Amino acid sequence: MEEIVLETQNLTVYYNGRPAIEGISLRIPRRRITAIIGPSGCGKSTLLRCFNRMNDLIPSARVTGRVLFEGVDLYGPDVDVVEVRRRIGMVFQKPNPFPKSIYENVAFGPRIQGIRDRRKLDEIVERCLRAAALWDEVKDKLHQNALTLSGGQQQRLCIARALATEPEVLLMDEPASALDPIATMKIEDLMRELAREYTIVIVTHNMQQAARVSDYTAFMLAGEDRVGRLIEFGPTQQIFTRPRDRRTEDYITGRFG
Amino acid sequence: MGLTSRSAAEIYTVRLQRGVAARWREWGELAIQGLLLFAAMVSVFTTLGIVAVLVVEAIPFFQQVSLVEFLTDPQWTPLFAQKHFGILPLVAGTFLTSAVALALAMPVGLLSAIYLSEYAPVRVRAILKPALEVLAGIPTVVYGYFALLFVTPLLKRVVPDLETFNALSAGLTMGVMIIPLISSLSEDALYAVPSSLREAAYALGATRLEVALRVVIPAALSGIVASFILAASRAVGETMIVAIAAGQRPILTLDPRRAIETMTAYIVQVSLGDTPHGTLEFRTIFAVGLVLFLLTLVFNLIALRIIERYREVYR
Ligand SMILES: Nc1ncnc2c1ncn2[C@@H]1O[C@H](COP(=O)(O)OP(=O)(O)OP(=O)(O)O)[C@@H](O)[C@H]1O
Ligand SMILES: [Mg+2]
Repeated sequence: MEEIVLETQNLTVYYNGRPAIEGISLRIPRRRITAIIGPSGCGKSTLLRCFNRMNDLIPSARVTGRVLFEGVDLYGPDVDVVEVRRRIGMVFQKPNPFPKSIYENVAFGPRIQGIRDRRKLDEIVERCLRAAALWDEVKDKLHQNALTLSGGQQQRLCIARALATEPEVLLMDEPASALDPIATMKIEDLMRELAREYTIVIVTHNMQQAARVSDYTAFMLAGEDRVGRLIEFGPTQQIFTRPRDRRTEDYITGRFG
Repeated sequence: MGLTSRSAAEIYTVRLQRGVAARWREWGELAIQGLLLFAAMVSVFTTLGIVAVLVVEAIPFFQQVSLVEFLTDPQWTPLFAQKHFGILPLVAGTFLTSAVALALAMPVGLLSAIYLSEYAPVRVRAILKPALEVLAGIPTVVYGYFALLFVTPLLKRVVPDLETFNALSAGLTMGVMIIPLISSLSEDALYAVPSSLREAAYALGATRLEVALRVVIPAALSGIVASFILAASRAVGETMIVAIAAGQRPILTLDPRRAIETMTAYIVQVSLGDTPHGTLEFRTIFAVGLVLFLLTLVFNLIALRIIERYREVYR
């Protein structure tokens, strides 16, 4: 049996009072890659953003149900959002490095946690850039503006930046969709590498990508009512070879949008 | 296909020939282009004309008064029997009122920009922003009397030895007038910072204040600095408020409680007074005007340069 890190129980998210996803119950195993797939608009990003409470930033969003992280309800009364986001990192669809140096991008998280010691910061920056397979490419230009990097390098920098707060979970929302095939491959290799230490939840549109990198797959679909629901969850291999639900099969064989 | 290749080519040539209508159209476009060029040139030529007048009138002045005296003499008394032509007291007056104005307007303007861009709910922003901009539309003469009749008496209660005409009151009032300029331009710069950067910072556990201070402001810094410089240029050139409330006494001082005279106020004083045209006394205003023009020109050029650089960041 897998050890569970994150769990949603009957999770529903409303935008302006209208549900976007409904009744999602899902368990994310530790040190595995879980892919969330489904057609556009079915609520994949909405679900992902519940895991680090990024939906808090959208005034019209309201969440009901529970999201348990190591058994603690993230939406409980005494929960410190800052701490949640530190321990559950996020990488976005479009690479979004700060217009600062490569070094300062990675040091951002540690700095706001109050780490000032230069040697400690140097050590964190190097470790995270290595973990994100970027160190060799940037070690000679750490103080150059991050925006001078290529898209693929920027995305790996964003991963390094997320790792610097020492999270346990990494949420990735279509992290490779803005990248070319070679940069995508590098990110996928990196994810496999990171999965030894981290729990990864990835949203992807790319079915091959889900099949290639993930251990578990969740398939979501919005019905006629445009409310996203979890259709099927299981080991990736089973979802892709012997789906239980007819709609999953239709989707992965390309008979759907 | 009924057409041979030759007849198809003929049809093509015929169609390419310009008819009368096409020629008229070309002339029309040329005329419109000319009109637009003319409109654009009007402002360019006006500026050039102003500079030319300033220079031409200032030349005879500098033939009689040396540049060294002009720039170093600590007294400015062209209208008195004992004439001195040192611009320093006027520069000091301008500097003093502008410094007071900026000391008030920069922090308040920036803070209100941060509030509007990063904290205010959408609806509050939709009301507050235009309201602030209305402040900028109040005629400066109103601000001038406001300074003299309201601000100065109020300040007199708390500031000892405040003269009736003083740099402090004029400067503070000018600061209030400039706040919307800084707040509006800075807010544009802050608001233009992509929300993806804010999300990135929040996702790393940053608080709202940390997002504003460590991500949004640095990313918008050149826009903010540009707004400060434009505000400085505005303060240096402001005339009505200082002419009414700061006094007409060109003394070299940095004490804001005293009556002073700014470059702009001096120009007003001479222009409206009975100094005969063509005299050395009258020409002083062109020399002062030239200095003022160069100062604001430099400010504006710096601001433009900074804004340009800032545009490149998110290309
Ligand atoms: N901020 C918001 N305000 C209102 N409605 C929203 C908001 N964000 C998302 N929605 C709606 O919620 C539903 C789910 O959106 P979500 O972005 O989670 O889908 P998605 O599966 O990630 O789609 P995609 O694959 O295109 O990224 C959509 O119908 C969308 O219009
Ligand atoms: Mg999405």
